[in-house]
Amino acid sequence: MMDCKKATRLASESQERKLKTGEKLELKLHLAICSGCRNFAHQVGILRGLARDYARGEEKAPPQDQPQDAGKSSPEE
Amino acid sequence: MPDDAVTAQKSQGGEVPLESLQDPHFLQNLRQQMVKFARLQLRDEDLAEDAVQEALAGALKNADSFARQSALRTWVFSILKYKIADALRHRQRVIASSELGDDEHREQAFMDALFKTNGHWHKAERPTSWSGPQGGVQSEHFWRVFDACLNGLPEKQARVFMMREFIELESEEICSQLDLTTSNLYVILYRARMRLRKCLESSWFSPDERKTLRKEGRK
Repeated sequence: MMDCKKATRLASESQERKLKTGEKLELKLHLAICSGCRNFAHQVGILRGLARDYARGEEKAPPQDQPQDAGKSSPEE
Repeated sequence: MPDDAVTAQKSQGGEVPLESLQDPHFLQNLRQQMVKFARLQLRDEDLAEDAVQEALAGALKNADSFARQSALRTWVFSILKYKIADALRHRQRVIASSELGDDEHREQAFMDALFKTNGHWHKAERPTSWSGPQGGVQSEHFWRVFDACLNGLPEKQARVFMMREFIELESEEICSQLDLTTSNLYVILYRARMRLRKCLESSWFSPDERKTLRKEGRK
């Protein structure tokens, strides 16, 4: 079973590259049983949204706090 | 631009029509954001001011071709990005490489504080949900916290994170600009995200902080 260190690494990397099928599956299995990593995986997406709002000066926009699939990178506009 | 086109634009997500590009308040605001951004990346007041000045001068020459402030802002930042990259390239030749590299001992200690030897979270470090009452609050105060957390990142992590998430460069571009391998890039982004989320959680989202911050936000 994948440990939290590895799971968070993959969750982070999913923002840069498409995970391999095996990685995606292993990560999914881990997230199913680990709330800490599930929160982490969700938060890397939130960080991306926050960073973009911040950079664009859209400082009034509310944060998007909707769970997203950690296996996918966040959608581009 | 015909009047109805302006009206149509106005109705789209609060975009602002052309004439307010002459708005000194907007330009001043934009400038402040650029300086904040450049300063974080360059960590040098003078270099940051220079980069912003050059980027703005170049961008505003053609400002009329931008119907929306948000488009102008995006464009100005994309120019600023090149000015910053230039300045960084120039400085990289001057600075010893150790100053740019991550301190591996520091990083190791940071990770050891988060994870047990079996690779699982220490209980106190386990990320919690951000969907509590603070989750929906995007106040000025929140952005100050965000700013402080960004400033707390080690220099290289901050730079790479911003290139990736502010300027939205692809991995390959960042790697070639900073002369990193892909796996180095992944590690740096991972560490940056780990630090940022920890900082945001303890300074904003954690239950312990909520009371004090909400009180401050009210006054």
